[in-house]
Amino acid sequence: MALLSKKDSNLILDPLADNNPITIQVLGICSALAITAELNASIVMALSVIFVLGLGNVVISLMRNIIPSKIRIIVQLVVVATLVIIVDQVLKAFAYELSKTLAVFVGLIITNCIIMGRFEAFALGNGPWRSFLDGIGNAAGYGLILIIVGFFRELLGSGTLLGFPVLGDPIAKTGLYAIGYENNGFMLLSPMALIVVGIIIWVQRTRNPALVEEN
Amino acid sequence: MAINKEKNTYTVIFAALMVVVVGSVLAYLASALRERIRENERFEKQQNILYAMGVNQNDGPGAVSFIPTDRVEVEFGNYIKEQLVIEGDQITRDDEAYLIDMKKQLDVLKNGGTPKLPVFIGEKDGKKYHIVPMYGKGLWDAIWGFIALDDKMVVQGVYFDHKGETPGLGANIKARYFMDDFTGETIMDGTEYAGISVAKGNNDPVNENKEDNEVDALAGATITGNGVSAMIKKTVTLYKGYLETLRNKG
Repeated sequence: MALLSKKDSNLILDPLADNNPITIQVLGICSALAITAELNASIVMALSVIFVLGLGNVVISLMRNIIPSKIRIIVQLVVVATLVIIVDQVLKAFAYELSKTLAVFVGLIITNCIIMGRFEAFALGNGPWRSFLDGIGNAAGYGLILIIVGFFRELLGSGTLLGFPVLGDPIAKTGLYAIGYENNGFMLLSPMALIVVGIIIWVQRTRNPALVEEN
Repeated sequence: MAINKEKNTYTVIFAALMVVVVGSVLAYLASALRERIRENERFEKQQNILYAMGVNQNDGPGAVSFIPTDRVEVEFGNYIKEQLVIEGDQITRDDEAYLIDMKKQLDVLKNGGTPKLPVFIGEKDGKKYHIVPMYGKGLWDAIWGFIALDDKMVVQGVYFDHKGETPGLGANIKARYFMDDFTGETIMDGTEYAGISVAKGNNDPVNENKEDNEVDALAGATITGNGVSAMIKKTVTLYKGYLETLRNKG
């Protein structure tokens, strides 16, 4: 007996690959461009979104039968903003250092279109447990792309990973730099995130032609 | 269910209830946690001021490491010998000067008033540091920090922080490699209070030239960098009178 039924486990696994929010649904691109210059920031953002989307989906799902449809978008915004503020305040009081690290992500989480998108498309029509799985799955799919993009941008742009120099020292000319390698500063700028996402989409669709839309 | 959810009355009642519930939860949380948060912010300010004068736990190159919060109160008292408030021509001592909010003081200045400008005088290994707070604008939101100067207007250390600069780009103004570059730079250009510019094309990435009033910029963070330059320039102009007396004495 598996822990999750096949239908339920697909809720988590689908968004990781064939229904990825970034590469297939093209949601959440804005934050994928903005904060992936470093692997560290990508990981923090991925974890925050997993937390907020998992919890938010459950809350919206529990309220789904009482939310008036006319103001449902506002209700969704209030729910996600409240969750984020509560987390922010509690961290500020009990884990101040961590809250400093996360402070810059707060605005980016509230406005992340994947969160609103999953509330609207899934949590409003499904029960809490399935909504929770869907939230975790989609946020993980989003986080996965963020981490891949962050990995390449930091490696090629700064020659470091998580802040540790892995290719040698560019100023003292050691490691790869000794044989004339240079960091590509262009990788640090947002357009290159778009190109990396584009390459991921290309690779993904080449491996699975079923994903290519008919014209 | 008997309730018609499409009716306007239902919508209005729902919205009103939601506002009351969410409002009370957040208000309760804010007042319950206020004391703790204030205390954390106070410790942070002390840590930042000490960091600027080089009292920190940095170990080799790498991460920024402050004096731990449980010791910072005591260390702050040990290292910061005097806290002054400059108000126009008057200089007074005030042991709570570090709690002055620079943003409010700059607003006072903008409205034509006389701001209260704090200066912290620190002493470490027999050397005197004059630490002044800074406040400015980055790309998205506020940036602030502290700069520690000696009598000759040479920077002994800085600390920068920000509210919402882009992670990985502008947010790196609080990274060691950026802040460390300021140490040893002079804010003087001859007799001019020039400040220090964050420059893109200064051809000095290792920062060997300490007299050029420039440090190397962060790639992809032009506007945050310009904000830092403007903030330093504004601060040295603001404190010019005080710094001038120091310079003439020393």
